[in-house]
Amino acid sequence: MIEIKDLHKSYKMGSNSLHVLKGLNFSIAEGELVAIMGSSGSGKSTLLNILGMLDEADSGSYVLDGVPIKNLNETKAAKYRNRFLGFIFQSFNLINYKSAMENVALPLYYQKVPRKEREEKALKYLAQVGLKEWATHLPNELSGGQKQRVAIARALAAEPKVLMADEPTGALDSKTSYEVMDLIQKINDEGNTILVVTHEEDIAHMCKRIVHLKDGVIVEDKKVEQVRAAQYVK
Amino acid sequence: MFNRDRWKEILEVLTSNWFRTVLTAFGVFWGIFILILLLSAGKGLENGIMQDFGDISTNTMFMWSRSTTKSYKGLPKGRSFLFKVEDVQAIRDNVPELKFISPRNQLGGFNGANNVVRGIKTGGYNVYGDYPEISKQDPMTMTSGRFLNYNDIKEKRKIAIIGEGVRTGLYDKDEEVLGTFIKIQGVNFMVVGTYKKKSNDGDGEEGQKEIYVPFTTFSQAFNRGNDVGWMAITANDGTSITSLKDKIMGVVKESHKVHPDDQRAVGHFDLYEQFQRVQSLFGALRFIAYFVGILVLLSGIIGVSNIMLIVVKERTKEIGIRRALGEDPWSIKLQILMESIFLTIISGMAGITLGALFIYGVNTLLDMKGPVDMFVNPSVSLGVVVVALFILIFSGLLAGFIPAQSAIKVRPIDALRTE
Repeated sequence: MIEIKDLHKSYKMGSNSLHVLKGLNFSIAEGELVAIMGSSGSGKSTLLNILGMLDEADSGSYVLDGVPIKNLNETKAAKYRNRFLGFIFQSFNLINYKSAMENVALPLYYQKVPRKEREEKALKYLAQVGLKEWATHLPNELSGGQKQRVAIARALAAEPKVLMADEPTGALDSKTSYEVMDLIQKINDEGNTILVVTHEEDIAHMCKRIVHLKDGVIVEDKKVEQVRAAQYVK
Repeated sequence: MFNRDRWKEILEVLTSNWFRTVLTAFGVFWGIFILILLLSAGKGLENGIMQDFGDISTNTMFMWSRSTTKSYKGLPKGRSFLFKVEDVQAIRDNVPELKFISPRNQLGGFNGANNVVRGIKTGGYNVYGDYPEISKQDPMTMTSGRFLNYNDIKEKRKIAIIGEGVRTGLYDKDEEVLGTFIKIQGVNFMVVGTYKKKSNDGDGEEGQKEIYVPFTTFSQAFNRGNDVGWMAITANDGTSITSLKDKIMGVVKESHKVHPDDQRAVGHFDLYEQFQRVQSLFGALRFIAYFVGILVLLSGIIGVSNIMLIVVKERTKEIGIRRALGEDPWSIKLQILMESIFLTIISGMAGITLGALFIYGVNTLLDMKGPVDMFVNPSVSLGVVVVALFILIFSGLLAGFIPAQSAIKVRPIDALRTE
């Protein structure tokens, strides 16, 4: 599904440049649930941004579902993001003046799906994350966990190849964190490929594979026994 | 573009901060309001002055003879001469582009002595010997009876057409005028018509105090022989009299043995030239109106542009989210442009509407208080409104362009970092 080879990225900070990613190689198969771990400054967010086509690598190759991702102009990048990727952010990033349903329907709107179908689908995904009754509520009427679930529904709505979650539980207390992880695990159970960036051990262990990043290189890449979040959720 | 979600969003954005939107809109509103006001005031002035020209055919010149200032063909300078009836035919033959040539003779003049008598009433009036064409060059409205015709000319009938001013001077209020006789310098003329002239400037009063009699009758009755006092000459539509006048004056100079370079021997007044001068003045006024109006509008547009920039700044994160979700940058650009155009057009329409109402108010006031000198019916045409609309759409585009550009320059990754 995802294949990267010799990925380099550096940022220019005035006169000196900061080498963030120093030649990464790894691949992710379909249906995997991968955690990318590392302390802050290890380059994990940069990696996710490159994988999410929000940023571009300096060198190296990146192939997503057989499509080489390089030299994208913004229009094309937007289209690929829309078709291939679903994003889940730490700060939810819902649009405040749109209702939960409108937020979920947004990626479909960009796919030019007709209004009615859009709303039906949005409701379906809201139901999947258990928020069907909250469809007409604005984000600021929802709790943090609910917001993240709306964001997950939104990420799912476009039926992407890969879900990318950047610290999805970073802004949540542990109970809601587990609820969200439970949801992510269930989505993974249905065969979706999911990438989770986190720095929390327990969250990482709820994935099936952990890639450890340190100072821009992969120091460890191991499969783990998945801890089901459901046991913490009553 | 006619997409429900898009419009919903435009309205959401613009109504999210009412006060700011209204303040911004005011700039454009004020600009277009001033533009409409200036244009209509200019139009009012134009209408007023055009009314002073009345229905006079403006492609006309008047020509009279003076004394020569150059000796020529053995004749001394300082010699005075008069046009002859034959000159009219000569001009007609040599200058085919002319529509009317009216030779005229005149008695009396401004503040002339009493020259007309009816019973015990007397008055000093301008008496003209004329051809029927004069009524097309200096139009008048017949209030009763008829004007001159060619039978009058041919048979040298002693008839007169008098102005309403003459009628009030010589007749009682309800007295029958037609068929009565007036005595002009001792010669009796029968009144067959009365007229009224339109021009309402200072000469308006004078214009109503004229008496028209057939040219031939005039010549015979007042012993003018073949002489012609002056001529009113109108060119065909499409040819300006200004371009013909040298040729016309050449003809009369030739037949009266006047030096061709003698500029002062033939006096003339070129109405068309004057008219053109006034026309170009209005052109200049219109230019100033557009210039000032558009400059005021421009400051409004800069205001809109400024606010749109702030809106884009405020929505940086939202734009980042949308782009991460896969919105086409063009769609974002279109969104910003449409917001800006929408705002400009709405406020512009308000400006046009209020401007129109204001003009309506001024017109009502003018109607109530009676006419004001040189200012009649200020108005803007539909054409101007259409032009204003185009200016608005264009300026909306202009105002939205820079903010839209800056909106799509936002990289989603940077936008998402903004907290």
